[in-house]
Amino acid sequence: MSETTLIVEGSEWTFENLENLELEIGRIAEGYRLDTYPNQIEIITAEQMMDAYSSTGMPLGYHHWSLGKQFLSTEQKYKRGHMGLAYELVINSNPCISYLMEENTLALQALVIAHACFGHNSLFKGNYLFKTWTDASAIVNYLVFAKGYVADCEERHGLEATEALLDSCHALMNYGVDRFRRPNPISAEQEQQRQIEREEYQQQQVNDLWRTVPQKDEASDVDGPRFPEEPQENLLYFIEKNAPLLEPWEREIVRIVRKISQYFYPQRQTKVMNEGWATFWHYTLLNTLYDEGLVNDGFMLEVLQSHTNVIFQPEYDSPNYNGINPYTLGYAMFTDIRRICEAPTDEDRRFFPEFAGKDWLDTLHHAMEDFKDESFILQYLSPAVIRNLKLFNILDDDKNEEIEVTAIHDDNGYLRIREELANQYNLSKQEPNIQVFEVDLRGNRSLSLQHIQHDRIPLDKDDATEVLKHLHHLWRFDVLLDSIQEGKVTNSYVCADASVHEAGDETPG
Amino acid sequence: MAFLIIDRRPQGRNKSAVNRQRFLRRYRKHIREAVADAVNKRGITDTDRGDQISIPRKDVSEPIFRHGRGGRQHRVLPGNKEFITGDKIKRPEGGAGDGGGGEASNTGEGMDEFVFELSRQEFLDFMFEDLELPNLVKKQLKETEAFKYIKGGYTNEGIPARLNVLQSLRSAKARRIALGGAIRRQIKLLEKELAALEENDGDEDRISEIKAELNRLERRLNHVPFLDDFDLKYNNIIQQPLPTSNAVMFCLMDVSGSMTQDVKDLAKRFFILLHLFLKQTYKKIDVIFIRHHTVASEVNEEEFFYSRETGGTVVSSALEMMLKVIRDRYPLADWNIYAAQASDGENWQDDSPKARDLLMNSILPLVQFYAYVEITKREHQALWNAYESLLEKHGDSFAMKRVSETADIFPVFHELFEKKSE
Repeated sequence: MSETTLIVEGSEWTFENLENLELEIGRIAEGYRLDTYPNQIEIITAEQMMDAYSSTGMPLGYHHWSLGKQFLSTEQKYKRGHMGLAYELVINSNPCISYLMEENTLALQALVIAHACFGHNSLFKGNYLFKTWTDASAIVNYLVFAKGYVADCEERHGLEATEALLDSCHALMNYGVDRFRRPNPISAEQEQQRQIEREEYQQQQVNDLWRTVPQKDEASDVDGPRFPEEPQENLLYFIEKNAPLLEPWEREIVRIVRKISQYFYPQRQTKVMNEGWATFWHYTLLNTLYDEGLVNDGFMLEVLQSHTNVIFQPEYDSPNYNGINPYTLGYAMFTDIRRICEAPTDEDRRFFPEFAGKDWLDTLHHAMEDFKDESFILQYLSPAVIRNLKLFNILDDDKNEEIEVTAIHDDNGYLRIREELANQYNLSKQEPNIQVFEVDLRGNRSLSLQHIQHDRIPLDKDDATEVLKHLHHLWRFDVLLDSIQEGKVTNSYVCADASVHEAGDETPG
Repeated sequence: MAFLIIDRRPQGRNKSAVNRQRFLRRYRKHIREAVADAVNKRGITDTDRGDQISIPRKDVSEPIFRHGRGGRQHRVLPGNKEFITGDKIKRPEGGAGDGGGGEASNTGEGMDEFVFELSRQEFLDFMFEDLELPNLVKKQLKETEAFKYIKGGYTNEGIPARLNVLQSLRSAKARRIALGGAIRRQIKLLEKELAALEENDGDEDRISEIKAELNRLERRLNHVPFLDDFDLKYNNIIQQPLPTSNAVMFCLMDVSGSMTQDVKDLAKRFFILLHLFLKQTYKKIDVIFIRHHTVASEVNEEEFFYSRETGGTVVSSALEMMLKVIRDRYPLADWNIYAAQASDGENWQDDSPKARDLLMNSILPLVQFYAYVEITKREHQALWNAYESLLEKHGDSFAMKRVSETADIFPVFHELFEKKSE
């Protein structure tokens, strides 16, 4: 080891320390070609961290009781020692804002800086989803605008009404996303400027749609063009544009929720990659720091201990098991990609001929930039990782008495596991496929939705019933939902005047 | 590489406080039920703290469209130990964890209750919501004899000790500027003229004339006094009536043989609630414990609740004792007086009317509120019957209720102090 002097000493951090660390880690990161937004590090207390944590990392978000609920449960768990707080929180914005907790030791701060300020940050800047779907420079202003607008509505239209509206929007938040079309960039200024014009214009549009006076007998015979012509998957968008009775401010709030949901869509699709990438880099960057002799052994041991905790994966039968840890999976995969590049085995050459033995940094950057969780796993999950995590696949079919193990970590199982795991991260399979099917324009203005079942998987009935009430709250006429299995309706839900009942056949089981 | 470190610790504490309050407001009904429940379940000594509150999870859930159980579901799991391809496993009872997502439930185990902590203050607020101390306002307005002194700007008159130098000099200066303004303007004009004349070797007469005039003006200017009587400003101190914020609470309890430990416990709970409630309103509260059998004595808390005595019961002895204590130590002007009496209702037959008269004539006129709690499972006892006649005349400062078990305490307390509609 070279005789360079330590850049930091002791376990207490100081602002000077942090600056030194940032500079050094930044220098090393540059050597690894990590391209980032400028960093803005904010030191906060544990209490503030709980705040930030419970506002889903959006400290500037509008007020809502559900965030209070989050806060209470976080606080409860933290106080009773059931969970530690996240060491860091990072916002996809430009500059990239990272929150560091004051309780962290120096080594932890270093880990967090490497993890958030360079790991997450570079993915936010480099990944294609974030590049095309989010605008890091506008988000903070937009959130401030949204917060102000919601507060304004609370004042003008009452807290209850606003809250009830937000509740309904939140219930459909996951269905407020354009999956394939690139959204318009968001800008707080424009939103404000255009707001009034848009309110008027929108209202006009909606009224146009409903101009036809219902003609009872004749109309039912004539099949006019169906509306919408194609099924619509963005429910919130559809409501914003077409719900007959919403007032302009209500449309605006639907829009805000939709925009925010859209902004987080890439993050929901890159959990594994995001955490894996950040974890890989905090490990690599800090190790380089150590190899250069800039930090001492005690520092490094503490880093390693935290690192080990972060990537701990409880086994499926452990009481602590709570799904696959995205840190573990992502870290294992990125680490293995590097290994395959640097020291490929025959198996690796067989599975990954395109990059086995190639430059690891190029390969890694490519993997980070051009994939999302689903495709990333499909492309890069290696047999070695499957073996290390001892992954296995089960099939739970309600037509069979027993659950079947369909693949384990052996030659026959690798491809199957890889495919199923990738599916597991495919949001469009994880979330029920529900689309707006038809609006009865000439009759009772009811809104019909369809749920297309995949592998006969039904909807959760209680929740579906509740969500339908929320949908009714927005649409304000009858709402129907048919759950369809291979072209046949197996279950339908109706919400008329806020009373929901199930109709039609029950699915067996 | 550009970067910035900001210390946010000093700002933005309690950012979620708004959201937290929203939550509490939304689930007010649930929380109040839970609080009332908790109060009844608690030990006697720890009524005064926050508590865990649980609400049925389904009531606070935020529904979304999601998959239910059933159909063909694949799931990849880590940590295979014994399975090989083709193995069949019996379907576990109850729910298997959600696959993949990882955050399906944030507790790991299915929990039916949403549990969170209320701070002590929040807890008490919920506990005493909708309750009020009777006759509080009356006393405060009527009987104020304490005052506090606060600053109230400046006056032109006052004693030398309150002279405000800064304000005085400030007003003196203003006056000097105002009075000297015209003269100074003239001086300026003349000086200008003088300067012009001297430069051009002008008219000698005019120069001396101007000089004389200037002299005169200077003198006039000097006559403007530096400090005049009416410049003086004094700090103004005003008296503000201070509502009496002291309260004394009398706990009267029968400790005769018929009062068992259970009954005493019930009484104690009631006293503690009252104490907590008074604490919400008053800064300082004295608690006086008076116990009695045939004779009354003032005791400390320990003795009050736990020492054993036997004997008959003469309620009036305690009332007399209370009167004496009030007379000796608690002048009405300074103290709000509350009293609660707990008893199983037994009394010497001919003492009850005496106790009633004492209350009616001597005590009720003095106190803000007098509550009588009868603790018995049987029918109303002698004392109750005697007291009943008080209700009519003194309904606003006297109340009585019967309690037969722990669960009654809080509801009864609630009834006693319920906000009366105006």
